[in-house]
Parts: sequence; C-alpha cells; structure tokens
Amino acid sequence: MGVQPDIELSRPVGDTLRKTTCYMCACRCGIDVHLKDGKVRYIEGNRDHPVNKGVLCGKGSAGIMQHYSPARLRAPLKRVGPRGSGQFKEISWDEALDTAADWLGQIRRTDPKRLAFFTGRDQSQSLTGLWAMQFGTPNFAAHGGFCSVNMAAGGLYTFGGAFWEFGDPDWELTKYFMLFGVAEDHASNPIKIGIGKLKERGAKIVSVNPVRTGYNAVADEWVGIRPGTDGLFVGALIYELFRTEQIDLDYLVRYTNAPWLVVQDEGATQGLFARDEAGNPMVWDKRTGAFGNGRAAEIQPALTGSYTLPDGRTVRPVFELMAERYLSVDYSPETVAERTGVPADQMRRIAAELAHVAFREEIVLDRPWTDWAGRRHDKMIGRPISMHAMRGISAHSNGFQTCRMIHILQILLGSIDCPGGFRYKPPYPKQTPPNLLPHGAAGDIKPEMPLGGPHLGFPHGPEHLLLTDEGGPSRLDKGFSWDAPMSAHGLMHMVINNAAKKDPYGIDVLFMYMANMAWNSSMNVPGTLDALTAKDENGEYKIPRIIYSDAYYSETVPFADLILPDTTYLERWDCISLLDRPISEPDLVADSIRHPVVEPDRDVRGFQEVLIDLGHRIRLPAFTNEDGSPKYPGGYPDYMVNHQRKPGIGPLAGWRGEDGSASAVGAPNPDQLQRYLDNGSFFGLPIAPEHSYFRHANRGYLDWGIEKGIRMSADPTIFQLYSEPLQKFRLAALGHGPKQPPDTHRKRIVDHFDPLPFWYPPFEEQMVEGFPLHAITQRPMHMYHSWGSQNAWLRQITAANRLYIHTSVGQGIGIEDDDWVWLTSHLGRVRCQVRLMDGVNPHTVWTWNAIGKRRGAWGLDDDAPESNEGFLLNHLISELLPKGGGGYRYSNSDPITGQAAWFDLRVKIEKADGTGTEPLFEPLGNDSQPPAPEKLAYGAKFRDRT
Amino acid sequence: MTSLPNSTERKLGLVIDLDICVGCHACVTSCKEWNTGGYSAPLSDHDPYGADPSGAWLNRVHSFEVTDGDWSRTVHFPRSCLHCEEPACVTVCPTGASYKRVEDGIVLVNPDTCIGCKLCSWACPYGAREYDYDHGVMKKCTLCVDRIYNETIPEEDRIPACVRACPTGARAFGDLGDPDSDVSQSVEERGGFNLLEEFGYKPVNKYLPPRKPVEPLPQAAEEAPANTGSRLEKLFAWADRALSR
Repeated sequence: MGVQPDIELSRPVGDTLRKTTCYMCACRCGIDVHLKDGKVRYIEGNRDHPVNKGVLCGKGSAGIMQHYSPARLRAPLKRVGPRGSGQFKEISWDEALDTAADWLGQIRRTDPKRLAFFTGRDQSQSLTGLWAMQFGTPNFAAHGGFCSVNMAAGGLYTFGGAFWEFGDPDWELTKYFMLFGVAEDHASNPIKIGIGKLKERGAKIVSVNPVRTGYNAVADEWVGIRPGTDGLFVGALIYELFRTEQIDLDYLVRYTNAPWLVVQDEGATQGLFARDEAGNPMVWDKRTGAFGNGRAAEIQPALTGSYTLPDGRTVRPVFELMAERYLSVDYSPETVAERTGVPADQMRRIAAELAHVAFREEIVLDRPWTDWAGRRHDKMIGRPISMHAMRGISAHSNGFQTCRMIHILQILLGSIDCPGGFRYKPPYPKQTPPNLLPHGAAGDIKPEMPLGGPHLGFPHGPEHLLLTDEGGPSRLDKGFSWDAPMSAHGLMHMVINNAAKKDPYGIDVLFMYMANMAWNSSMNVPGTLDALTAKDENGEYKIPRIIYSDAYYSETVPFADLILPDTTYLERWDCISLLDRPISEPDLVADSIRHPVVEPDRDVRGFQEVLIDLGHRIRLPAFTNEDGSPKYPGGYPDYMVNHQRKPGIGPLAGWRGEDGSASAVGAPNPDQLQRYLDNGSFFGLPIAPEHSYFRHANRGYLDWGIEKGIRMSADPTIFQLYSEPLQKFRLAALGHGPKQPPDTHRKRIVDHFDPLPFWYPPFEEQMVEGFPLHAITQRPMHMYHSWGSQNAWLRQITAANRLYIHTSVGQGIGIEDDDWVWLTSHLGRVRCQVRLMDGVNPHTVWTWNAIGKRRGAWGLDDDAPESNEGFLLNHLISELLPKGGGGYRYSNSDPITGQAAWFDLRVKIEKADGTGTEPLFEPLGNDSQPPAPEKLAYGAKFRDRT
Repeated sequence: MTSLPNSTERKLGLVIDLDICVGCHACVTSCKEWNTGGYSAPLSDHDPYGADPSGAWLNRVHSFEVTDGDWSRTVHFPRSCLHCEEPACVTVCPTGASYKRVEDGIVLVNPDTCIGCKLCSWACPYGAREYDYDHGVMKKCTLCVDRIYNETIPEEDRIPACVRACPTGARAFGDLGDPDSDVSQSVEERGGFNLLEEFGYKPVNKYLPPRKPVEPLPQAAEEAPANTGSRLEKLFAWADRALSR
C-alpha cells in the first residue's frame, strides 16, 4: 500500500551550539547544549571532555526539564506569614540585598560568629569559603559532613588522596576491581565508563554492598554484606594476606611508615613515633645496625624487632604492631563470618585472588622514572588491583576507621598509584595529613576582622582544635571540638538543631545555599522543623533570621525569611576550580566553567554573583577596593579571571599570563574566559607519562607540582599506615598535654582514636535494642538528591519509593509486594509500602533516597505520588545518639570526623493497619509560585507541531 | 493492511549488552529529549507534575530480578522497537502509516497518515509502540532516522541518541544484515539472541546475554600455622630480611 513518504533526514539540530558544564549531579560532565530559537533543543555529552568523554547519564540527558521546571523561583522573596506558611512577598533585588547586608553588617560589626553560613551542594567552595573567612565567622562548611568526609579524611590522613574526586581506578589496566558501598551515584558517568571498559577486557569486578542493584548487579561477584561490617570483612582479607605472607614488603619499606618505630612505654610519648633531634621519625637501620632517619633514602629499615632507645624507652616498628592487630583472631574469616554475613571460604578466596592478581599478574611498563631520592628506575611495576568506596562506608559511625582499613589493604598489596592500581588525580597527593589547618578558634574571632585562614582543615593533634578558652566548641556545629576533632568538612547536619537549642550558642542569622535542610538533607525531619519554627519566651524565633538561596521551591524555602533566587545551571557563570573540588583525571590537571547559555526569563541571579555583591555591600576586604568601590564590578566572571589567591594563582588554571601562554601559575589574563569558551568550557594540562604513576614519590612529578602550584612540598608523601595524629588525641584523653578533653569525652576518644584502623560496631546498634534490621538508602541513577522529582521526565521513571525487603523478611511477617508496613526506629515510625527481593542482605531493608516529597514543594500537585506514597527514612534517623555514659548526647556521627551516621539506622518492621504514607505533613503554602502545566508537548515547536 | 518490502537493502538495528547495562536510564531520557523535538515531535507528557504522570516514550528500561532456586540476578532490560523483519505492527496498519523502509529496514510511522487506531500497538508483542494521547498518533523508535543520515551533524554522531549517550557502552548500532559488521560480529561472538524468537517476527535488534562471571583465579596452596603466636613468628621471620628503601 502506497509509496514510502519522503522524510527530512538532515534537519539541523538547532541554530546555536554552546558548550558548558552539567550540574544534574556532582560529576560535572561536559555538555553540548543545542539551542533553537532561544530554547534548549538538545543536550548531549561533550566528546572532548575529560570527565564524560562524550557520554551523558540519565540525569544529564533530562536537563531540559530541570531547566524549565515549574518549581523555579522567580524573584527575591520576603516572608510575610509565619515560617512554613509559604506566604511571601516578591521584592526587588535592591531591597533583598539591602536587607541581607543590613542583617549581616550588624553581625560583623559586633560578633561575627553569630552568622552561620552553610552552603550545601556548593560547587564554588573556594569562593564561599573565602567569603566566610572574610566575614570572620567560624561557622562555615558545605554538605561534606553528611556526605563523604569519612572518605576524604580517611584517605587524606592515610595516603594523601581519597576515593572519587581525588582518585580513580586505573580503568585501562586494572585486572581486579573491588567496589565497596557504592550505590548508583558517586560517581555517575566516570564509573559507568570504567565498568564498560573492565567488562570489555574481562577484568573481575567484585561488589561489596548489601543491595544488588545498579553497578552491583553487573559485578562478577556480589558480596551481600551486612551494613557497617565492612571493616571486619576488610580486616579478614588483611588477616589472610598476613597469614599467607602475601604483602608487598618492598612497597611498604619504600613508601610507608611501616618501619617507623613506635614508643611502647606508658607515658606522654606512648604510641608516638620515636624521633631524632631534628624531629625525624626513627627506624632501625639493618645496614648500620643502628637507629636511622626514617625519611632517609639509603637505609635498610627493619620491619620487625624490638629496640631500646638511648633513653631506655622501648620501640617497635609499625609493621609489627599491624601484624599483631590483623593477625589476631578478631579478624580471622571464621570469626567475622557470622557478623558480616560473608562465608569464611568466600573471604579466603577473595584474599587469595587479590594476592594472585597483585603478585602473579603484575604489570610492567617500560617507562623510566626517577624516584623522590633521585634514583632512576627503568620500569614502572604495577599491582593491578583497584578499589573504590563511598557512601556505604562513609555514612557509618565507624566509617573513618573502615575507610582507612580499605586503604591499608590497598597499600599492603602495593596498589596505590601504580599501573593498574588506584591512581591519584592532581592536585593529589597531598601530604599526610595535608598541611592545611582549620581556623576559627574562639580567640581568633573579632568584629570586622577576617579569619586568619580557611575554616576547614586537618588537625595534626589537639593543638589544632577550635575551642573556646574553656575548652568548649568554638563552632556552632561543634566541628574540630572534642566531639568531632578531625571534622574536615564540618557538621552541617547539626547546625539547625544546635542553633535552636543555643548549644553551644545562639546565632542571629542562618544563611544557607542549596541544601534541602527542612526535608531530605536533615536527620530527624520533625525535630528539624521544630527547630526552624521554635520561638523563645518573647515570641521571637530562636533562629532569628534565615536567608536561603536556591533555584527551586524546595521544602526548605518556606522556612526562610529572605529568599535569594538562584539561576538554573544553564543560566549561570561558575568555576569548577582547582582551589576547590577539581575535575582532574589521573593524567590531566583540569578545571572548567559554566556560562549562561540561555538568559534567565525570571528575576533571578546566580548565587555567586549575589555573594560578591553582598561582600562589597558589607565591605569585606576581598571584595572591596580601598576607595570603597567594588573589587569585582563585573561580578562572578570578573572574580573568576582577576581574583588571585596567591600571586599568579587564581580560580582558573588555564590560559593564565597576560597573553594566555601560562598554565596554572601566571598573571590574570583578560581574555581567559574566551579561551575557556573556545575550548568547550574546560582546561586540561596533561601530565607527562613519566609522572603518571608513583606520584607520592616521583621526583619529576613532585617538582612539577610545585612549579604548577598544586603541591606545597617537594618531600614525598609517606603513607601513614599508623596515624600519629590519632594517637595525639588519645594521649590527651589519657591525661597528657595542655589540651585535654572534658571527662565526659575521655573514654570515647581513648576507645576510637586508634592509630591503627580497627572495627567497632556502629553506635546506634550498641545503644538500642529491639530493632533487628538495618535500614539504608541509595539514590537512583536517574535522580540527584531532591532535585529529580520536579523533572517531568525523571519523575515518570520514579515517582514513589517502596521499602525493599528480603523475601524471607516479607514471608516472616506475612506481607507481599505493595502491602503497607510500619517501620519503626528508636526515634519514630513511618508507614510505607514494601517490595520483596532476593538481592538484598536478609538483615537489611532499603529504599530510594529523597523520592518522598512534602506536599506544596517542587511544583508538584498535592496528590503527587511523591507525597502520598513516597516516604523518607530521615524521619527515623536521630541527629543525636541516645544518652550515653556521662549523660551527654553526642551527634549521631563518626566520633573522629563528625560524619553523619545515617546508615547506622536500626529498625523493626510490622504489618500496618491502614494505608497511606505516614507521617504526612501539612502541605506547604506556595502561593508565590505559578501553577504547573497540566500537559507538556515540549519540542512541538521545533517541528512546527504546535 | 499494509504490505512489507520483499527484502531490505540493510537491516539497521541495535545490539544491547545485558552484561553491561546498569539501568541508568541514559538511553531512556536521551531518546526522549532527542525525539520530542525530532521526527516524532512532540512526545507529549500528561499530568507531568500531578498524580499520574505519563507520557510517550520510545525506549524504557525495566529492572527486575530473575530467580531460579538459589540463583538470582538483577537484570536491567532496555526495551524499544526491534525493527522486526516481519513486523505485524506494519501489516496490521489500515492506512499505510506504519511502514518498513526498503533502504534500511527501519519501521516508521508517518504521523500525517496515522489515524491513531492503535491496531499496531495491539499487534506488537514487545509493547514497543506508545500512543501519544495529546498528539493523537502512534509513536515509536525511529532508530533516530533524523540523526543517522543527518549531514548537518558530525559523522561520528550519526548514531541513535541512545547509543550516543550510553555511558557503559552497552548499546551498539549497525547493519545486522551485514555479517561482517561490528554489531553482527559481537552477536556472533557473544551468542546474541532474539527476544521472543518463537513468535517469528524476526527482530533485527539483538540482545547480548550476561557473560559468565570471571572465574576465581588460581590459588597458591597454603598451610595455616597452628596458632596466632607461631603465625606471627613465621610472618616476622619472613619479613625479617634486608629490604632497601
């Protein structure tokens, strides 16, 4: 019937192509945005981009619907009803900025710490941190405290790098890849590309995860471990390596502190390294039969033995202490099998496989290089084992020590920054720990004075804590206090509740950016809402003023007093800086920008633009010239080009110098942004092949790093199997030194600040009884925290979440798919629907994170499934632990880093009476937002089918 | 009734690797965004912010568990038109709006002559056709016919949007009628299979089954010492050798 119609096969995609950086999650992939008649026609991956190399995930490919979301804020808003009512009045930017400047200026003139500035999923922390430093408040951090600080700190204290942003598996060469606790995010495209490569080459993938979905579903071997026991599992692997004597001793001697001598005698130096007069750690040098300098090159240090120092103290090498720790029966596969749920045979086999690949399938590259001591090597020899770990390790109260234990495993196998191993991404490695100290001790906070340095850093001991004169916390979130001494990312999760309780003190303004703290980013949502709306005896809010900036009408917006509406990611300038969270790849130093590919059609401004403006209005020195004029009249792009952190070093590393010929270090180049635009909005500086491995000890790389301003020290990075800073805190808790913890805190610090990683049960399960199941969450691959539900396409994929439970658990209480259950923790209960599955640890239930929404938010109708079937586990997670010894309630966090322990949750499950999501909060008012459309025919205009 | 060509010059189609697909939905949303402004524009969405959001999609991914006794696996299964050699969706079309192209075998719907009777979606055993309630016509995978021959885009991008986006490389595009093509070769090597072969529609698209898991590696025989004390002594003796830095 009929002839084939002629169809148009070569219609141009659009009329304009612009290249920028995605923001649909935290990967920061390069995107090609095709525009037609000023509208976004199509977004695809930038083939030249180092992060995604052309591909684009399900979120990035749905960016159009994010950009045109009906939940976008439209203009600055001033609250006119009670908090939570959503009653706002639109105001001008001038009024908004004057109001904010008035509030903030008063604080800065009197007591800067009464501002708490926390910036959520901030990708501009080098700017926001500078702003907070200039303001002079100690109360600044982003969302790392409830995300990944255990991973960052665990890695940086151990080997000067970390998983995800600071390193990557050697996807091209690795033969055995272990994935610990990595759900469907962190990272997106890079891991997907990598898994594709490994599959192609037939490399083995082992996933250690209570849930078998996503990446874990395609692994060759799934280890359905019980949550919070990864430290035992890894301990058993280490036990096996020690037992079978399959450890890279040469690597340990060359690159680690395994031979360094540790003082054994009780007293103020117990557990510290023996040091010579110059402060160098000491070793026993077999070549000379005497003590030697542990940092020297030409030594033969002993890994075993007991030695007596001239002053009579006994010392033993780290290696011996480690062997004793991990060869103890506590870590034998038989001992840990029941608790982890992993059979002993399986652990022994995996350990044997690791050893086999590391030592019998080594990779030899004919690539000469020079080590830190100037010795030339003909070849690069690699142990092709790589690992990656994320949320499932980090969100437990034992996450720091567990993360360190994974790194110990990597190091024992000799697989850090070698061919086929785990590779640093520049500017990593840093020193261990990095030479970056936290700032904001009480004595350093003065009216109208900037802080002396950055807020966040890496304490080397009690002397670097941020305390009041009385020894209490200087920061509102109690970061860098005895509650969380090494909280390198702060504790954003504690800010709202601490502020409302005025513990340790009250504040005047809470200023937040891009974190949904009144909903899915907080533990204990009901308690957090109480804190946001609590009033004092005078009828004033206990948190007197809240300023919030976001692009969308989230659950948090109605609780703020002043809204500074942000742009979408396609409307803004941004700079993904090496000073912040770089996008480097192992062989490439890289950074990137965003630029407005479409102009906003609303009265909104990029937050960074606003911050620079505000900074000038309150006369922060970094944003104000001496004559009082603004330092960056051109706003954020002006800052990106002309700000210099140190002479020659600015936010962007590419095309520096007056003519653009310098990389990394050079004078500001007025043409810099154009050069970025011409290059697809990113810059990459390749690493020379001879510098591409062993960078912790590669002379050429270390020197090059200094030249390029990405390394502070020409000394090698020495892996800290034994972490002395931890012992310094412990000694303080044992009664040594001028700075000691209060008595309530001593035992906790002695117990957990072990310089050698160890496993302990997560706190919640130590303190509550009657909750037999673990409850965890993961994020679907097509969603990024709360953002995805406003996206008309993504919510068609997931508009409601179920509680996934093991088939045996469902059968045990007589329930089937879609039945309603009560899930109860020591804090509260939620009613939700279940789905039965086999690919989950039988002692674990889980759900998709942040799908549950509160009615009134995100441009969704009140009858949306997100609100009526969707639910959050956050309602069950306490922000505080139950009262422990001494009656003090600690944050529900890792005792070392303050990382929020939201995977520690324990629950019980029972069949529910009735249906419908509980708790069901009252709808938020949203009168300031336009109604959402009832149907979409996006793209019809591109084909004239209107 | 609409007739089929006796044969097609090429058999363009997709090969989807179930061993690699992690269920990320990149192929799903990239398909939607390309096609809602492409040949099939628009792919309407009904109640997009309400109680029952639904829209026309040309490609979906289903994730489910396959269990057989003690063995089980999570499968991510992308599903779109398979561009069958003998597609019932075409032969059943009363207006000729559905047709199979002679030059490449792509099954298309002509939106100008589709009357929205839905017979084709009843005929398709794969559920690959979706009715666009707002536009009133049937929508289906076009294999991005407006990309693969498009002279205005770079040659390397002349592939379907789903293949262009897929982060793991689980999707490949090519001529399955040419035994020497990369896609035919991978089907040959990996035992690619037809979906619902027994129905006899001869799908052009192929699925590659999960590979066998990488086998455990050879292991050295070991002797476990009797107790921790001697184990440590043995280890220390082993480690107690001259190791130069």
